[in-house]
Amino acid sequence: MTGMTEAGTPTDKRVVLDVEELSISYGSKSALRDASFSVYENEIFGIIGPANSGKTSLLKAINRMDLVTSGMKVDGHVRFLGREVRKWKNVFALRRMIGVVFPLPVGLPLSIYDNVSLAPKLAGVSKKSELDDIVERCLTRAALWEEVKDRLDSLGSLLSGGQQQRLTIARALSQNPRLLMLDEFSIAVDPVTTMRIEDVLKELRQEVSIVLVTNLVQQAERLADRTAFFLNGEVVEIGATSALFNGECSDTRTTDYIEGRFG
Amino acid sequence: MFEATELNIRNDRIQERFRYLFLAMAVVLIVPVLVILSLLVIKGGPVLSWSFLTEFPKNGMTEGGIYPALLGTIFLVLVALLFSVPLGVAAAIYLSEYAKDNWLTRVINLAIINLAGVPSIVHALFGVGAFVIFFGFGTSILSASLTLAIMTLPVVIVATREALQSVPHAFREACWSLGATKWQTIRKVVLPNAVSGILTGVILEVSRTAGETAPIMFTGAVFFVPFLPESVFDQTMALSLHLYTLSTQVTDVPENLPYGVALLLILIVLAMNALSIGFRTYLRNKKKW
Repeated sequence: MTGMTEAGTPTDKRVVLDVEELSISYGSKSALRDASFSVYENEIFGIIGPANSGKTSLLKAINRMDLVTSGMKVDGHVRFLGREVRKWKNVFALRRMIGVVFPLPVGLPLSIYDNVSLAPKLAGVSKKSELDDIVERCLTRAALWEEVKDRLDSLGSLLSGGQQQRLTIARALSQNPRLLMLDEFSIAVDPVTTMRIEDVLKELRQEVSIVLVTNLVQQAERLADRTAFFLNGEVVEIGATSALFNGECSDTRTTDYIEGRFG
Repeated sequence: MFEATELNIRNDRIQERFRYLFLAMAVVLIVPVLVILSLLVIKGGPVLSWSFLTEFPKNGMTEGGIYPALLGTIFLVLVALLFSVPLGVAAAIYLSEYAKDNWLTRVINLAIINLAGVPSIVHALFGVGAFVIFFGFGTSILSASLTLAIMTLPVVIVATREALQSVPHAFREACWSLGATKWQTIRKVVLPNAVSGILTGVILEVSRTAGETAPIMFTGAVFFVPFLPESVFDQTMALSLHLYTLSTQVTDVPENLPYGVALLLILIVLAMNALSIGFRTYLRNKKKW
C-alpha cells in the first residue's frame, strides 16, 4: 500500500487508489497487462501513451464499468479507499465516489440544472435549496457558472463543446467524489477552454485526487505530479513528472515518446 | 486525350437508358396509389356525410350509415392498444437495455420475426382457439382486440427498440458512471428521448390494426348488431368487416356504399400515417443533441 519503491512517491500521503497487477482483456485480445501503481490524496496522476495502450480500459476497471462492457475481463486488484472494488457490494455507491469525464463531451439531453443535479437527486437529495447549492457550487468549480447562470433551464446537450466538457466536470463533481478520472478531456475542446479546464484541475487538486489520462504529453507535464507511461497495454514507467520530463527516464521508450519521436 | 472516345459515348448512352428505365419503374409506384385514391374519392365521396357517420345501417344494410361499425373499429383499436403497447414497450426495453446476447435473447428475437411473418388468418384461428374458446371470452371485443394486439406486437416492439437504440450509448455510460442504476438511466435519460419514436410506432400500429379483417371476423366482429357494444364482452361491428360483407354478402347494395366505407377506412389510415410522419418531422426539428 505504501508504494515506497516508486520514484517520486510522496510517502506522507494517504493512498486513494491502489492498482496491483491489473490485467484486462477482451476475449483473446489483451488490453492491459500487469499494471501496478498508486494514486495519492490531492495529487494529479497523469497517464500518457499512444492509442490502444489500455488507458481507457483501466478507467473502466476502476469504476466497475466492466460490468456493462460486453466481453471485458478483469484480473488483479483495484483497491479504492483501501477496499477491493470488486468486493464493494454496492457498485453504485462506488461510482458515486468516482467522477468520470469522457473524451467527447457528453451533455445529457436535460437542462443544465438537471445535468448537474441528476446524480444527487437519484442518490436521494430532494431539498430544492440543497440541490440549488450543489448546482451553483459545482458549476462554479468547473468555471462555467458565470456563463450559464441565467439559462440553467436550457439544454445541456446544446452547449458548445468546451462548455459541455466543463458541464460534465461539474456533473462529475456533483457527488463530492474522492477521485476524479479524466479521459483525454481536451480531445474535442478548443485550446482556450483547455487552458481554463487545466486551471480548474489545478484548483481541484486541493480537494480531490485526479487521474488524468491525456494524449497531450505537455498537458501531463503542466499538470501531473507523477506520470505513468503506458504502451501497448504495458506500464513502461512511472515517475515524478519533473524527473521524467528532465530526461531521467529509465526506459528509452519513455524518452522517445515524451520527446515526440513516436506516438 | 480529352476527346470522348467511341466507348465513352456508348457507355454514356447506355447509362442514360438505365437511368430512365429505373425512373420509369419508380414512377409506376405512384400509379396504383393514384388510381385507388381517385376511384375511392369519385365513387365514395358523395356517400360521405355527417349522417353517414352517425346513423345505423337501414334496410338490410343497403341504406343508412355506418355508425356502429366506425365506433366498433375505434373500440377494437383502443382495447388492442391497451394490451399491445405496455407489453410491447416493456419487451422492447428488455431487449434493448437489459438483454445479453444469449440463447434466450435469440429465441425472443426469432419469435418476434416469426410473429411478424404469421399470416393474419392464422392469427385469427389462434385467436379463436386461445381467447374465444380456451379463455372463454367468447366472440367478443376482448377476444378480437387481444388477437389484434398479438398480431401487431412486433410493430410496437421493433419501433420501440429502434427508438431506444437511437438514443446514443454515451448517454447511458455517462449516467451509469454517476452511479445511476439501469432503471434510473432508462427512466431519466433513455425513455424521455425515445418517446416520440415510440409514439410514431404506436400510430403506425393503429393504422394497421384499423384495417385488419381476418383476425376479427371469427373472434368478435360481426356482420350486424342492432345496438352498440356495452362492454368488452359484447360483439361489435367493424369498418373492415362491414366493407367485406357489403361487397360480397349483401345483395342490392348501391354501388357507392362500399366505396364510401372504403374511403372512410383509408382516410383513417392515411390520417394516422400523416400524424406519424408529422411526429417524426417534429422529432427531427427538435433535436436535443
